[in-house]
Amino acid sequence: MGVQLLLEHLNKPEINTIDGYIKQGGYRTLDKVLGKMTPDEVTEEVKTAGLRGRGGAGFPTGMKWSFLDKSTDKPRYLLCNADESEPGTFKDRLLMEKIPHLLIEGMIVSSYALGCRTSYIYIRGEYMFILRILEKAIKEAYAKGFLGENIKGSGYSLDLYVHPGAGAYICGEETALIESLEGKRGNPRIKPPFPAVSGLWGCPTIVNNVESIAAVVPILNMGGSEYAKIGIGRSTGTKLISASGNINKPGVYEIELGLPVEEFIYSDEYCGGIKGGLDIKACVPGGSSVPILPKSLLFKESNGNPRLMSYESLSEGGFETGSMLGSGGFIVYDEKQCIVKNTWTFARFYHHESCGQCSPCREGTIWLDKVLYNIEHGLGKESDIDLLWDIQHGIEGNTICPLGDAAAWPVAAAIRHFRHEFEYHVKYPHRVKDDDHVYQPEMNYTTA
Amino acid sequence: MDVQFSQESINEINRIIAQYPKERKKSALLPVLHVVQKETNGWLSVDTMDKVADILAIKPIEVYEVVTFYTMYFTKPVGKYVIEVCQTGPCMICGSDKIVSYLESKLGIKVGETTSDNIFTLRTVECLGACGYAPMLQIGEQYYENLTEERIDQIIHELGSTYSDKY
Amino acid sequence: MKVTIDDISIDVPPGTTILEAARMIGENVPPTMCYYSKLEGSGGKCRSCLVKVTKGSEKDPRPMPKLVASCRTNVMDGMEVKNTTSPEVLQARKSVTEFLLINHPIDCPVCDQAGECDLQDLSYEHGLSKSRYDFKKRIFDLIDIGENIQMHMTRCIMCYRCVMVADQLTPERVHGVLNRGEASEISTYIQKAIDNEFSGNMIDVCPVGALTDKTFRFKSRVWFTKPVYAHRDCKTCSGKVTLWYQGAEVLRVTGRKNKWHEVEEFICNDCRFHKKNTEDWVIESAATISRHSVISQNLNVYEKPVIHKKLQEKPKSE
Repeated sequence: MGVQLLLEHLNKPEINTIDGYIKQGGYRTLDKVLGKMTPDEVTEEVKTAGLRGRGGAGFPTGMKWSFLDKSTDKPRYLLCNADESEPGTFKDRLLMEKIPHLLIEGMIVSSYALGCRTSYIYIRGEYMFILRILEKAIKEAYAKGFLGENIKGSGYSLDLYVHPGAGAYICGEETALIESLEGKRGNPRIKPPFPAVSGLWGCPTIVNNVESIAAVVPILNMGGSEYAKIGIGRSTGTKLISASGNINKPGVYEIELGLPVEEFIYSDEYCGGIKGGLDIKACVPGGSSVPILPKSLLFKESNGNPRLMSYESLSEGGFETGSMLGSGGFIVYDEKQCIVKNTWTFARFYHHESCGQCSPCREGTIWLDKVLYNIEHGLGKESDIDLLWDIQHGIEGNTICPLGDAAAWPVAAAIRHFRHEFEYHVKYPHRVKDDDHVYQPEMNYTTA
Repeated sequence: MDVQFSQESINEINRIIAQYPKERKKSALLPVLHVVQKETNGWLSVDTMDKVADILAIKPIEVYEVVTFYTMYFTKPVGKYVIEVCQTGPCMICGSDKIVSYLESKLGIKVGETTSDNIFTLRTVECLGACGYAPMLQIGEQYYENLTEERIDQIIHELGSTYSDKY
Repeated sequence: MKVTIDDISIDVPPGTTILEAARMIGENVPPTMCYYSKLEGSGGKCRSCLVKVTKGSEKDPRPMPKLVASCRTNVMDGMEVKNTTSPEVLQARKSVTEFLLINHPIDCPVCDQAGECDLQDLSYEHGLSKSRYDFKKRIFDLIDIGENIQMHMTRCIMCYRCVMVADQLTPERVHGVLNRGEASEISTYIQKAIDNEFSGNMIDVCPVGALTDKTFRFKSRVWFTKPVYAHRDCKTCSGKVTLWYQGAEVLRVTGRKNKWHEVEEFICNDCRFHKKNTEDWVIESAATISRHSVISQNLNVYEKPVIHKKLQEKPKSE
């Protein structure tokens, strides 16, 4: 097992309680940071660490913090994005469920760096059982004087609350999250202004993913430059990967960025290979919205180097031959899985989750869903494949928020890499109607 | 019709409202609706929503807009237990289709319907963030993961047998 | 601040959007389905006004990575923008038009908006001749929102303008956007009349036939009526309106609309719905319809969309 910064104490006794957490060295950063370092020094450490947003976009966290508008006397807010809903992603849940105090500690020092007096954790409504865990942990932290007025005599005060969503993937988009926290529909805002200037209630606001905020704790403990030594190139530190699909050991793994993809899938330390000894067909490495990669592109970059679990390596070659690290939702497909069906469930997902505000997404996602439904159910036409391509192209880049891109990319990648499966579906509809309808390369279709 | 909430709920609502600046009461809308829905048999009637608008000093339409946007609020009566089966990609490749059809045949209802005794409502939902433990379903605040037919038998029996010998 | 749109430069004050700058140039203006200069916070939703920023500003000349909504993007000094000279923009506009039409009933023959409908114009300029959508179109239950305004949700393109009218002009908003995604609809949720002194302005701001005037319903086609400017002394509003005559009869009263199809001033419901006699009004002159529209055929000033001369000479390239 490589270096563990976030999940190091996962299996320690009572790590979910404040005493158990302190026993493992928890809340050390409060003594080190509050009143001892200036907020800007904290931000500098995070910048030096090279931490990149763990929610999916990979934007440098320290740089995001430095955009916060400090010229006004309005209150500032730090919002933790715990609206984890990207299909294939379930890492934040583990972190909050098992080690809630790590997030709370991260929230305290991050809020200190940003000069916030009040901060919120926005958690998806379906995770209500985790909201209870977090609220209990926050209560414990207040009781110890780690939250509230004058934390540990430092003069710094912070209130921390948890706010539940109510079932909307789109609220993971930072401006939709803010709208939702304001008690409105989760319609993303049109940017600019960016939240760092005008966010929650018109005040300067920073929105960070759970894992990003948790990672601030080890960064401050070990120092930004030490943290930056972990990982590879501009992909510094460790990353939680949610592994699911047809693998022997699904679950959440903390990896050092730069681990070869092949090792991650086949090593017994991680996924433990494909279930039932089958061959791998494809993999979605970063949550449902990133392009799917066929086996032929998964283990090697276009230049022949091994493909690594890092921001750069996974996106090597652009969308022609690469994908993205995204949120680290790693979905593995064995040779028996139908790419068309999988693409359809993703399209259905984005259709279901579109907020409906802008026309390309509102109308385009339902159209993708319907055409893919037809193809999957043996009702498709040959022209539908090109139509799908046109629809996704009409959505991509033309919407208010990235949900449009997220809906378009998986469809584009599926057609790009698995066009033969789509063609098989439209050419042999009677086969597709059968239960076992997956394209098999060795079959002789001409006699079908 | 005047809707009344229990003292316990009112306390909880007040606790939630206090989490936001005084002039931002509306922010409490989502968590307050969760509290209220629990008390009003798992769904929100127009009267209930109007009452919430009243408590938060906002217009009723602002509540309707929000309630109809989010999938966790129900505007029509539902069964005592709402079974929500995840059906997105990672669950689908691990057999969520079979789980849904098994539940349909076991309960004698289709997706979207409620059993005649109002105990179970069956729904399919999109990703609940349990992809590594697929297939899965949620009932209330509880996640049930790594489902098999036997496990479903057990869940349905545990929940339903208190109300009817049918399960 | 200097901004160049399709090779035509103009100086504008800071805070001007690309769209406003294009309107100042007056030609080659991106279409707008949701933006309405008189409604705060409007725009950005329909995506039909997308343009390409090929140079961000003098200071930071990098192009913007994606197409931007011209109605919600402020110009920077030295910015260079491509509208109709960019094939990428035209392609995106074509897609947006197609998206807006797939679920639209295209029931123009029975729609009172026909002839002054922004969606008709948009599809005429950017639409395909044939639909590629093979599925049943979306339908909604008809809801009654009162005696003066007729609502057809199937025609709605979700511009949110009517919601903004209710928020910004009326004392209490009773309608809004319900549900989400493609199921979103404008509704009151429970049957309720949208009735207040300024609710009729929702009709004027509606870019399509989703909200029409019940007092004018099925009476005529707009191109058979003759628009005339008139005013009256009104305690509630400015009283400046356009009367739509057929023969000697006033069939309809609306706000006065400018070249961009936006009303100059909002008018009250009394002027709009209850003053249908010539005696109620002081007649000013025949109204000019300065935008291209079938209505203007009566005035013999029908014009096709204006493309700046400078651009007509050049072959399109990028």
